[in-house]
Amino acid sequence: MNPGFYVTPEQLVRDRAEFARKGIARGRSIVAMEYRKGILMLAENPGGALHKISEVYDRIAFAGVGRYNEFETLRKAGIRQADVMGYLYSRDDVTALGLATAFSQTLGVIFSHETKPFEVELLICELGREGQPNHMLQISYDGTLVDERGVLAIGGKADVLGGALRERFTEAMELDAAIRLGMEVFAETENRPLDGWEAAVLEEGSARRCFRRLADAELESLSARLSP
Amino acid sequence: MTSPADWGLPLGAPAPGASFSDLLESLGLSPRWDVPDSPVRDLSAPEATTVLASRYSEGVVIGGDRQATEGHLIAHRRMRKVYPSDRMSAVAVAGTAGLALEMVRLFCVELEHYEKIEGAMLSLEGKANFLSRLVRSQLPLAFQGLAVVPLFAGYDPSTEQGRVYTFDVVGGRYEEHDYGAAGSGAVQARAFLRTAWQAEMTEAEAVEKVVAALVAAADVDVATGGPDLRRGILPNLAVIDSNGVREVSEDHLEEVARSSLGGSR
Repeated sequence: MNPGFYVTPEQLVRDRAEFARKGIARGRSIVAMEYRKGILMLAENPGGALHKISEVYDRIAFAGVGRYNEFETLRKAGIRQADVMGYLYSRDDVTALGLATAFSQTLGVIFSHETKPFEVELLICELGREGQPNHMLQISYDGTLVDERGVLAIGGKADVLGGALRERFTEAMELDAAIRLGMEVFAETENRPLDGWEAAVLEEGSARRCFRRLADAELESLSARLSP
Repeated sequence: MTSPADWGLPLGAPAPGASFSDLLESLGLSPRWDVPDSPVRDLSAPEATTVLASRYSEGVVIGGDRQATEGHLIAHRRMRKVYPSDRMSAVAVAGTAGLALEMVRLFCVELEHYEKIEGAMLSLEGKANFLSRLVRSQLPLAFQGLAVVPLFAGYDPSTEQGRVYTFDVVGGRYEEHDYGAAGSGAVQARAFLRTAWQAEMTEAEAVEKVVAALVAAADVDVATGGPDLRRGILPNLAVIDSNGVREVSEDHLEEVARSSLGGSR
């Protein structure tokens, strides 16, 4: 039997991380922004049929970049986890932090145990209840968990996008202003014509479920309102 | 190597993967609908009584009284029997209250779970079929006298009309052309609607007639609780049309109940 070559753990982790980062960098980024009435999630998505942003629970949304089949598997697992918890206990017992921890654990185990790590980065947003702060959590391919306020970007160009957004972000923006800002920052960062958007909001309303997709027509009218 | 199931998040799911009740079953968490072999003789549990739904020109109205009875006693005066099951449908229940409420809870989560996983709502027909499966799954309990009979109503965007489904204890599913009812006062409620129902009713007329049918049922059936203005107990009603489901406000119901009670005196 071939004993194989010895690879140090440091080298192994470096190789896997580099592999995952390369995969993620190929995909398009997603930004999330707090605005006056909730949280906006905006992604460049030319097709529109395959969603990157979706509903997980009453006040929780999910977004993923990277390999579609991988973040789709995780998205469904998150929905299952949330629905089972909410059914067994109470709807109030499902929290973004609990879900994000589960995602982080799962990704961490896959990163170190599987043949190849997942090439994904996830975003979990939660709309705060009655004056409680919102949560925006980023989960990386290796399970690293980051909690942010105001703005959060994930994906290959997350640093540039996030930096540019943070510079111009103001608190309690209106939805149209937030969309406009997001689109501008995307355009400046990518430096190429952008084709097609996917946007969704978590917004307090009369309904229990706060997640709402913005249809193309609505997105167009909202973004056009501020254009010169 | 551990299997994905051991990692915490349920990464794998039983095929076809969008059903919440199948997921619960695979996790060993599904509610128990079976009973011990020996027949249960002296088990008494509260029963929910009359629920009904009626189509009208633009949609459907579904409603129910608020009383739960246990033998000759009133177990609950303010029980809720009508629940919006998603944006476009509502479910109402009659029969063993505890089991019925669990069934409604499971049904509502199932619809939402499917919608989130698949990214699209089930068709109205699909929802009704699933509910019939839930009723059938607790058939062993029905044989012990613990039956649950739901009533399902919703707006079907594909045909642009409201639809009403009734069920029997073995899970049979029947689409009603005009109105449907379930529970102890169902016969009286149906008898009332037989003469009062009109295809071209407006929403306001449909609400009035559903409340009047509940009053008529409570008049004859002791298990059905009519509107009780002294205690402020009013029936639950929901209206479903192309804009979705919304519950009829208590203020409006009180007004309708008052005139309907006045008429029956």
